[in-house]
Amino acid sequence: MGYRRQADMADQGSNRPKDEVTPEALFRRRREFLKDSLLFTATSVGVGLGLTSLLGGGRSEPPPSETVADAEASRLDVARRGALGTTEAQTPYGDVTTYNNFYEFGVDKDEPARRARAFRTRPWTVTIDGEVAQPQIVDVDQLRRWFPLEERVYRMRCVEAWSMVIPWVGFPLADLLKRVEPTARARYVALTTLLDPQQMPEQKGRVLDWPYVEGLRLDEAMHPLTLIALGLYGRVLPRQNGAPLRLVVPWKYDFKVIKSIVHIRLTADQPRTTWSAAAPAEYGFFANVNPAVDHPRWSQASERRIGELARRPTLPFNGYADQVAGLYAGMDLRRFF
Amino acid sequence: METRRRRPLPWLNPGILVGAMAPAVTILMRARSGALGANPIAEALNELGLIALVLLIASLACTPLKTLTGWTWPMRARRLIGLLAFTYAALHLTVYAGLDQGLDLRAVLADVVKRRFIFVGFAAFVMMIPLALTSTGASVRRMGYVKWKQLHLLVYPAALCAVIHFVWRVKKDLREPLVYATILGALLLVRVIAARRRSRPAAATSGPNA
Repeated sequence: MGYRRQADMADQGSNRPKDEVTPEALFRRRREFLKDSLLFTATSVGVGLGLTSLLGGGRSEPPPSETVADAEASRLDVARRGALGTTEAQTPYGDVTTYNNFYEFGVDKDEPARRARAFRTRPWTVTIDGEVAQPQIVDVDQLRRWFPLEERVYRMRCVEAWSMVIPWVGFPLADLLKRVEPTARARYVALTTLLDPQQMPEQKGRVLDWPYVEGLRLDEAMHPLTLIALGLYGRVLPRQNGAPLRLVVPWKYDFKVIKSIVHIRLTADQPRTTWSAAAPAEYGFFANVNPAVDHPRWSQASERRIGELARRPTLPFNGYADQVAGLYAGMDLRRFF
Repeated sequence: METRRRRPLPWLNPGILVGAMAPAVTILMRARSGALGANPIAEALNELGLIALVLLIASLACTPLKTLTGWTWPMRARRLIGLLAFTYAALHLTVYAGLDQGLDLRAVLADVVKRRFIFVGFAAFVMMIPLALTSTGASVRRMGYVKWKQLHLLVYPAALCAVIHFVWRVKKDLREPLVYATILGALLLVRVIAARRRSRPAAATSGPNA
């Protein structure tokens, strides 16, 4: 052992055998190899990070985990279940609450769930006026006391050719309208979303003409399928789904079903609605689900149910033709799309 | 024996190739874990298309980058970046036809014919096919440089169609596609200015002789 070490040490002296010295060329090649390896790594990491940074998050982070108390607090008293609904498989709560079109909070579908977290939904009042005998300003909690809540499991079809099945909790819009007594002149209902750019960041931009306005013919608004929803899945409506109250009209494309409503106005004339004003050739006032009338940029003949791989055929009036086709008897649905 | 000429920048193209696989791998991993969100097919489709567009524009940026900086390395990477753009475009089309439309080729054909945004996207892909097929040095020799160069001018209409495909696809918010349209416009502008500079002195010397 001691002898070996001595020999090793001797090697490091000036009389090291020549063949143990790395030839200069090899030494250079090794240095080159090291340099090339580093540059290769840097390039691949740089290109990889640069390109993947362009990819979206896809699913937004799940909301902070709820405590039992939170879940209890958000539970709604549902008086009636099962009426007028479908028995199809319901879209999971996680998908319903992270895949949202709510442009006030961002144009990407994962943005509302992230950016609406601090949105204040109380206190909240709804102004109901226009062609009514009893105009009034109602607190949203008053609405809960006025109308028993019921659960309705509806199909929801987006104009972008995807769909969900959602168990809404709410009450028929007709009940509210009867209470304020529409006048004989009332023929339409215009609904407006809150305008508050401090809370709704996208309202600072000009993607749409804010505030969002949607409208229905009075007979559509009075139809028993038409709901004001205060919740889904038995719980208070999540902010990204249009809290504290929103419209649900299951036979229309879902840009019609306006969220976070502050104003309901009954009118004699057809209201100017946001999407039909923004792109009149693409989005009509009626916007009834119709597989025979394509959107100019895509077919409406089929849809992807969220959670399913294969597309499924789209049904006229989203499968509610039995109940609602009569509202449009004699109308040219290609013209009034 | 040690003075053999070393291939310059041997790390460049392997680095780009490996780095450019990252988006495809990431998308695949997120698809498996459910992280692509509620509509994973639409998300994968959009992301693959975006990467294809970015790579196509990057391949078009190589020449202007050399013009502006005098660097030669972008030219060594140009072919690979173009081929990667084609690869992502092919993946994008595969996800659209295979997963989104479930290989319903009649529906795909109807889309291509009826929807202008799909038509221009498809046109962009079709124009890239001959470019990918003739991307080798052997092709340049076989065709002759002038003819090869003429064929590869197709990359301009292809990139233009790809940007228009994006612009026409969005519902309302044009901000993102317009970013790419602006970059493409700037890259073309650099080329136009450079071409004019090259032709002006030539015109000045050839003018009196003519």
